[in-house]
Amino acid sequence: MQHSNTQDTLVGLFVAAGIAGLFFLALQVSNLSSFSNKASYTISANFANSGGLKVRSPVSVAGVKIGQVSAISLDPKSYQSVVTMSIDAAYNQLPDDTTASVFTAGLLGEQYVSLEPGGSDTFLKDNGKIDITQPAIILEKAIGQFLFKAAEEKK
Amino acid sequence: MIEFLQHLGNGTLTSFGKLGRGSRFLIQILSGLTDTLARPRLLVNQLYSVGVLSFMLISISGLFVGMVLGLQGYYTLSDFGAEETLGVMVAASLVRELGPVVSALLFAGRAGSALTAEIGLMKATEQLSGMEMMAIDPIKRIISPRFLAGCIAMPLLAGLFSAIGIIGGELIGSGMLGVDDGAYWSQMQAKLDFQDDIINGVLKSIAFGFVSSWIALFEGYDAIPTSEGVSRATTRTVVNSAFSILGLDFILTALMFGDN
Repeated sequence: MQHSNTQDTLVGLFVAAGIAGLFFLALQVSNLSSFSNKASYTISANFANSGGLKVRSPVSVAGVKIGQVSAISLDPKSYQSVVTMSIDAAYNQLPDDTTASVFTAGLLGEQYVSLEPGGSDTFLKDNGKIDITQPAIILEKAIGQFLFKAAEEKK
Repeated sequence: MIEFLQHLGNGTLTSFGKLGRGSRFLIQILSGLTDTLARPRLLVNQLYSVGVLSFMLISISGLFVGMVLGLQGYYTLSDFGAEETLGVMVAASLVRELGPVVSALLFAGRAGSALTAEIGLMKATEQLSGMEMMAIDPIKRIISPRFLAGCIAMPLLAGLFSAIGIIGGELIGSGMLGVDDGAYWSQMQAKLDFQDDIINGVLKSIAFGFVSSWIALFEGYDAIPTSEGVSRATTRTVVNSAFSILGLDFILTALMFGDN
């Protein structure tokens, strides 16, 4: 039975190595470890335009990522974009007059939500809403306005 | 003209007949799986010959594919000053496409052809008929364990392939070309999703394992029981597996990653 025993060991080693490979992919390569198992709370904000924002785009304060966008939908009455964000529970001291803006990381980078805390003493709670927002800057629009202005000045 | 039509009709009927036999064969395999689970020893033996013996091939190929991806990706990405995203490129292409597909192609060449030759020779030397004479169902005793072993081994091999490839890409990227190691991993973790990328890659490889073991076993079981017939069946296994894997990969990719 010696032969069979080594075979068992090798098969065991193979299965263990395969599962280790899959675990490596799950924990080291994907975002499974970063957010899903941490406690978080949800806040939302209405933007006039959320631009190229996507689900899982980062939410940051002063450049530090504190959460991610969990859903984007359209408010059928105001035609505004409702961006729902899940924020790490460790950062539960955002004032309720926080400003939310959609920015682009670099010229070609992805878009993210930047929160700028205000001075209020009361904090945003779970399912809270950010009232002051600044829409995404659409590059074509900005260039269009600039050209239009330049043409006006020439006259 | 008549001859041509006869030829065409004959070819069509033969291929449909084969497809029908193949499907019936698959149902027989699946119904034999319960007996396989009752005798895990057979399964372990087959996992050895299908999985452990492919292990070296898969890991070395994975390492080199990852290293090549690191090298080629770096040259392209550094043109745009985006070499920090090398990790994303290597990991996404390995986990989504190359890991499942290349390991399935290697698996079809390494394990699939061996399965066909083994089953074909068993048929040629009338071992399968001998088993039937002893009231042992060769499908339950021989085919089903090999099929299940293929379906189990394939995702494990693909996972290993991707994992080793990503490490190979890191060796080249951060070890040789000077990409920042932290950026390599953190960009990768930020961009790859567990559900969308890893789970879909594993599902793909299970589908490939299913298809390539099915084709390999069927070609062996359906082979003309001569030495020439077995050699032709082995060739057909590799060719048909490669076609089905690549075709299936296109369909699965369109279904899984369509909305991204």
